[in-house]
Amino acid sequence: MEVERVSGLKFHKKQDVAIVGAGMTTFKRRLNETGKELSFLAIKQALEEADMDLSDIEMVVMGSAPDAFDGLHMKGEYLLDGSGGSDRPYMRVFVGGGTGVFAPIAGYWHVASGLADVCLVVCEEKMSSCMPHPQSAFKYIWDPILDRPLAPNLIWIFALEMNRYMHVHNIKHEDIALVSVKNKANALDHPCAQLAEKITVEDVLNSEPMALPVRRLDVSPPSDGAAALIMVAPHIARQVTDNPVWVTGVGWALDTTMWTNRDLYFPRYVAEAAKMAYRMAHITDPRKEIDVAEPYDPFDYKELHHMEGLGLAKKGEAPILTREGVTARDGDLPCSPSGGLLGVGNPIAATMGVKAGELYWQLAYRAGKRQVAKEVTTGVCQAWGDLMQVGTVMVMSNKR
Amino acid sequence: MSVGKKDISCPPEAPGTPLKDSDIAEKKVTYVEDHPDIRYAWTAGQAISRFLNELKKGKLIATKCNKCRRILFPPRMFCELCYKPIDDWVYVKDTGTVQTFSISYIDPDAKPLEKPVIVAVIAVDGASKNMAFMHVLGEVEPEKVYIGMKVKAVWKPEEEREGSVTDIKYWKPIEG
Repeated sequence: MEVERVSGLKFHKKQDVAIVGAGMTTFKRRLNETGKELSFLAIKQALEEADMDLSDIEMVVMGSAPDAFDGLHMKGEYLLDGSGGSDRPYMRVFVGGGTGVFAPIAGYWHVASGLADVCLVVCEEKMSSCMPHPQSAFKYIWDPILDRPLAPNLIWIFALEMNRYMHVHNIKHEDIALVSVKNKANALDHPCAQLAEKITVEDVLNSEPMALPVRRLDVSPPSDGAAALIMVAPHIARQVTDNPVWVTGVGWALDTTMWTNRDLYFPRYVAEAAKMAYRMAHITDPRKEIDVAEPYDPFDYKELHHMEGLGLAKKGEAPILTREGVTARDGDLPCSPSGGLLGVGNPIAATMGVKAGELYWQLAYRAGKRQVAKEVTTGVCQAWGDLMQVGTVMVMSNKR
Repeated sequence: MSVGKKDISCPPEAPGTPLKDSDIAEKKVTYVEDHPDIRYAWTAGQAISRFLNELKKGKLIATKCNKCRRILFPPRMFCELCYKPIDDWVYVKDTGTVQTFSISYIDPDAKPLEKPVIVAVIAVDGASKNMAFMHVLGEVEPEKVYIGMKVKAVWKPEEEREGSVTDIKYWKPIEG
């Protein structure tokens, strides 16, 4: 059957969506608080910033990574009370590492559709429950028949992707290490940071080899933490704040699970997601129109890879922009001004706090010491995950 | 509700109580421990069952889609792009090209390995472009491996094969 496509109805929404508050806990390798308690702490902060109570919240979206970290199934239900979700519409979303931006995208559906005027989005991760190291849970991501007999470590796929990216564009490890140096230094200004430090390119190149080309300092750490966002309709935004930040575009896409059948040098899944978000936000030249970016940086090469997928750099150009200081906090296109996952930490879904949350604070001019030097209007944040196959993208603007 | 705060720096605080790994080891915090033991048996399905049985015979098999004309490897029962059943089974060669590789110093639990493993994505000859799978390399020094290197499968003796991807011991470089 041929389906007739109606043009013009795409991205038709009931109302605009604004972000009016955000909060996050500290990110650390191990925290004493349970997942529920961490969610509570993050939400309390977001409600305070928006000057709201839980009674103002109509619906709740929660994001959290594999149940295997917690050793507990149906984690969404387990975390319900801490997420402020009891007795109201509540759902959990999960696309691996991509959840940090996918959860706010789900929050956007709730408000843009008109079903809710106020939606709370909370992301929580408690990786430290898995002993002795969360890596032991990560190995169950691999295909049980084709991959697991080879005794793989999750780092392998990133090492394979990084090597392919370096080979195709003839990129040196030195240029990639600059991302780690930049982000860990940016994190010095973030109160929640786990691995903020001044390091040099040599430190990265001489750090312990994990799966070459990936070395210890190329990787973000596992963490515990939580983050929250409050998304509202225009008539609510007007009442609670003078400077709301508007969500102008969202996009998401997944590439085939047969990851060995793709050419790993370019993240097609991010490019597809970005195309959708930019169309919605009427952005035609992202390099010129985006003022600040929070690309997902669980590995240093990943920030560069994602900048290219987001169209912020041409293929192979991202390392050059980084070397020239364009992506520094005082540069023309600041990337990961928060300190990112490399500096602040990587509690998988809760990285929403340093991606969507940080972008909101940057565009609301509330990032304090981390505020980028240039004047900002429009920004993009992005996350990535599953078996390196999902791209989730959100464009925000402080002009409606 | 009132008009929100101004001139604030966010996040205003960083709540949470950090612990050290030693706090658990020395039982300085209250915690509960459990060691779940859950067992699984994964059926390999139609396509991969045939693939594994062919491995036992020392052969690599792929499937073919006549619409997009791709030779799909590892084999599958439907073409995920055309979304239709596959049309044919075809053998591919046990030689290939290294698409990318990594020298791993860690095992699945991130514990250090005594001798590094060279893992590679190998595009097999006879299948379509980029149709590759993951395996390990052997009989080669880590520093001699390069992207684009031609490699050949080294099989286990027939009586030791059990219908697993490990029936190929490793892939070694083709001389010359």
